[in-house]
Amino acid sequence: MSCMKALSMNAHPSLVIGEPIETQHAAAQPEAMVRFENISKTYPAYRGKPGVSALRAIDFTIARGSITGVIGRSGAGKSSLVRLINGLEKPSAGRVVVDNSDISALTGRELRLAQRSIGMIFQHFNLLSSRTAADNIALPLEIAGWSKANIRARVTELLALVGIADKHDRYPSELSGGQKQRVGIARALATRPSVLLSDEATSALDPQTTRAILDLLANINRALGVTIVLITHEMSVVRQLAKEVVVLDAGHLVESGHVADIFTHPKHPVTQSFLAEVTGDSLPVSLASRIVQEPGNHAVIRVQVRGAGAGDTLIARLARELGLDVSLLSARIDEIGGQHVGSLVLGIPGGDSAAARTLVWLSQHQVSTERLGYVA
Amino acid sequence: MSPELINLIIQATFESLYMVGIAALIGTAIGLPLGVFLATSRKGELFAAPLVNRVLGAVVNATRSTPFIILVVAIIPFTRLIAGTSIGSTAAIVPLTIASAPFIARLVEAAIREVDAGLIETASSFGASPIQIVFKVLIPEALPGLLLALTLAIVSLLGYSAMVGAVGGGGLGDLGIRYGYQRFMPEMMLAVVVVLIALVQLVQSTGDYLARRVNRRLRHR
Repeated sequence: MSCMKALSMNAHPSLVIGEPIETQHAAAQPEAMVRFENISKTYPAYRGKPGVSALRAIDFTIARGSITGVIGRSGAGKSSLVRLINGLEKPSAGRVVVDNSDISALTGRELRLAQRSIGMIFQHFNLLSSRTAADNIALPLEIAGWSKANIRARVTELLALVGIADKHDRYPSELSGGQKQRVGIARALATRPSVLLSDEATSALDPQTTRAILDLLANINRALGVTIVLITHEMSVVRQLAKEVVVLDAGHLVESGHVADIFTHPKHPVTQSFLAEVTGDSLPVSLASRIVQEPGNHAVIRVQVRGAGAGDTLIARLARELGLDVSLLSARIDEIGGQHVGSLVLGIPGGDSAAARTLVWLSQHQVSTERLGYVA
Repeated sequence: MSPELINLIIQATFESLYMVGIAALIGTAIGLPLGVFLATSRKGELFAAPLVNRVLGAVVNATRSTPFIILVVAIIPFTRLIAGTSIGSTAAIVPLTIASAPFIARLVEAAIREVDAGLIETASSFGASPIQIVFKVLIPEALPGLLLALTLAIVSLLGYSAMVGAVGGGGLGDLGIRYGYQRFMPEMMLAVVVVLIALVQLVQSTGDYLARRVNRRLRHR
C-alpha cells in the first residue's frame, strides 16, 4: 500500500499518460465495432402498465475507434440502445454485433466474458461506497480473476491515467463529482475494453467539470483507441466530443451522420430543436416579450445561418441591395466542425412590402427564414 | 443480597448469553442467505424465482406472526427431536433459532434492498456473476445495515429468552419469574431487570459502533 502511494504522486488534473497501456490494434480503415441489425426492443405490459416499444427497426454501425454521440429526449430509447451493446438488455428482434460477435445471442458465462471487453460509465457514477477509489477500480479485475499483484499494478496505472493518483485511498464520499467520474472511467477501462459506453456521464456535473471529463474521454479515445459511445440529452456534449451522431426520437433513429454534417444541415425537427439549444435559437426574453402579431414598425425575421462563412456579409449585402436600415435584434453564431451554425434575428422597417422583399432576397440566397411577428 | 443469590444471577446471565448467542449464530446462518434470496428473487431480479420467493415469504410471515410463547409449546416434539430434550437452555435454543431466523431474514432483506440498484447493474455491466454480485457488492454495501439488523435481532432474542423460562429454559427471565415473582423477592426481580438493561445497552452500543465504523457513506474524520 505505502509503496503504491509513493509511486502515484502525480496529481495533475488532466490526462496523464505515462507508459502506454497496450494500444488497441486500431485498424486504419473504418471497421465496424458495433453493428445494430434491424433492432427492435419492446417491454411487455407489466402490472397494469401498458407495454412500451422502446426501439423500432434500428439499423446502424459504429466504427472502430470512433466517438459516437446518441442523442434524444428522455424516453427516446437511448438507455435501451446502449444497454443492448453490453448485453444488459436483449433485443426483441434483430442482432447486435460487437467486435464481430453477436452479443445478443450470448448468455451466462459467455456473456460475462464478452462484457469484460465493454466498459460502462454512469450518470451517478455508481461507485461502491464501501470501497476506496483504488478498490472500486479493482472490482472488475477481481471479478475477472486477476492476481492481487497484477491488480495493484493496473490500478496504480489507471489512477494516473485519469489524473487522480493521489486519491488512491479515498472513499467516494470524500471525492468531488468530477473525481468520482474519473474513478468510474478508470474502473470502466480496467479490463482493457475495446468499447466504452457512457450513460449521461456528465449530466450530474457542472459545466467546467463536464468539459474536463469530456477532454479526458477524448484523450483516452486518442491514446487507447477505445471506441466510445455516449448517450446524452445535451447537444453541447455531442458537439464537444463526438465525431458521429445518432438522433433518436420515440424509438426511431431519425438522423445519423458526421457531427459537422448534422449540425450544418439538420433535417429532422427533433435534431433542429436540439441544435436550437446550442445555437441559441431561443430569443432573449426582453425581445420575445416585445414581439406581437399585429403589424408594427419592424417585421421580425429569424435567419438560420449554416455553412462555412455563411453569415459573414449577409446583413451588409441585404441592407445595401434592398436599401433597408436592417437592425440586428439578436444573434448567435457558433463554429462547429469548421462550419458556422447559428441564427440572426433581424428587424426590417418599411411595412409588409419591405418584409416580403427581404424574405424573397434571403430565399434567393439559400438562407432559411422564419417570420416571428412585429415589434413596435 | 446473599452470595448464593448473586451466583444464581451470574449463572442465569451465562445461560441467557448461551441461548441468545447460539440462537443468533444459527439464526444468522439461516436468516442471512434467506434474506439475501428474498431480496433478490422477485421477478426480474438477480436470482429471479417469483414463485419460490412467494412461498418462502409466506413461510417467513407465518413464523413471524405466531406468538413466541405459542411457538415454544407448539414445536416441543421438534425440539425434543433436535436437542434430545424439551427442557433446559440447550432445548430453548431450538425455538429461539426458529423465531429469530425469519426475523433476521426480513431485516437482511430490507438492508439488501437498500443497496442502489444501479450498483447491481454496474457490476453486471462488467461481467459479474450473480454470486459475485452478492459477495462483492450487495453484502459489503449493506454491511452497516446488516450489523444494525443483527443488533436488533440479538436484542429481541434477549427478550424472547426471558419467555423460555416458562418451559424450563433457564436464564434471566426464568430467574426473575421464579424468585422475583413467585417467591416475592422484589430485589431479585430488580437485579434481573438491571442485568438485562445492561446487556441490551451493551449489545446496542457495540452494534451501533461497528455499523458506524464500516459506514463509508458519510464524510467523517
